[in-house]
Amino acid sequence: MKPAPFDYAAPTSLDEALALLGDDAKPLAGGQSLVPLLNFRLARPRLVVDLNGVAGLAGIRRVDGALRIGALTRQSALERSAVVADGWPVLRDAVRHVAHAAIRNRGTVGGSVAHADPAAELPCALVALDARFHVRSTRGARTLAADAFFVGPLQSALEPDELLTEIEVPPIAAATLQGFAEYARTHGDFALACAAVVGERVALGGVGPTPLAVTHLDEAHIADPYRRALVAELVRRARA
Amino acid sequence: MKVTVDINGERHEHDVEPRTLLSDFIRHDCGLTGTHVGCEHGACGACTVQIDGEPVRSCLMLAVQANGRALRTVEGLAPDGELHPLQQAFHERHALQCGFCTPGFLMTLEPAIRDADALDRHAIEEALAGNLCRCTGYEAIVEAAELAAERLRRT
Repeated sequence: MKPAPFDYAAPTSLDEALALLGDDAKPLAGGQSLVPLLNFRLARPRLVVDLNGVAGLAGIRRVDGALRIGALTRQSALERSAVVADGWPVLRDAVRHVAHAAIRNRGTVGGSVAHADPAAELPCALVALDARFHVRSTRGARTLAADAFFVGPLQSALEPDELLTEIEVPPIAAATLQGFAEYARTHGDFALACAAVVGERVALGGVGPTPLAVTHLDEAHIADPYRRALVAELVRRARA
Repeated sequence: MKVTVDINGERHEHDVEPRTLLSDFIRHDCGLTGTHVGCEHGACGACTVQIDGEPVRSCLMLAVQANGRALRTVEGLAPDGELHPLQQAFHERHALQCGFCTPGFLMTLEPAIRDADALDRHAIEEALAGNLCRCTGYEAIVEAAELAAERLRRT
């Protein structure tokens, strides 16, 4: 199958990009989730807005101790970042489990977050890190906490005319335990479940409609005994 | 839309629809059929090419996104007809049968063995995890990668 016909725009500024969104338009970042949907015609937007030429949307910075990740930052850049490895290594550990190198060379951090797969590694790690999500539209700007951003399976709180522009992660004390573990049938597969640990905070992926943040596993109310046992083991490994 | 791409050092310019995938642009518009199309959703790796030396799935990029970029396909591994050490090792270790997956493996392996000082078997297996082969059972591919890495280290 090939994609159905669509119009294509390649804005060079955020304002230009925002003005194009809304009316049956899909933003294109890394394309590693969207293009498969286009190829199978599961998505048939009128307009594809290519964000890859928009200045200022990619980059990893430490600002006042907090980590700021531009939404268009490639997953491979996150993987290689010394800033991330130094302060938030759970993110590096999580992104290493995302698919394969070729996917990570194009896939973006913001794209994975906006796609909101409930079993995805980056949303899980970012929930454990208590990240905040900066969103823009022509109507203004807003910032969402993780529990407000992830609404359901493959559903974020983003309106059709909104773009996730930046992810902000608060500073973490250097001694804080950070860890990530997942179980997939083969290396690089979508995970059956994953767990990210940051101090006392645990985030679980693949056991609910969104990543779940808990301090004790009982809070997760996982009905299925297999999943319950699986995540208990993953949390144990993440803490090791 | 007009798309101009440098592939293996040669300029290609063609008019395409926005929905034209890079994989199909490479194969049909540019006539470089070494790049293969398998799953069209990024899982099989047969379409893997290199942009700026890094492996990417050409089935998951639009041709228009490659405008102005420099690409390398499997045809670029042996520009003067002399086989790349990887290709030579694949030949010697029978790492291909039907050959359909082979270009994708080569495009993935070439940077993996190029960039690593020491590449053990586990690292090779991990690097190859995103490429599927239905014929060989992978053993010969891993051996070929080890052989090529060893030869590159020695030169």
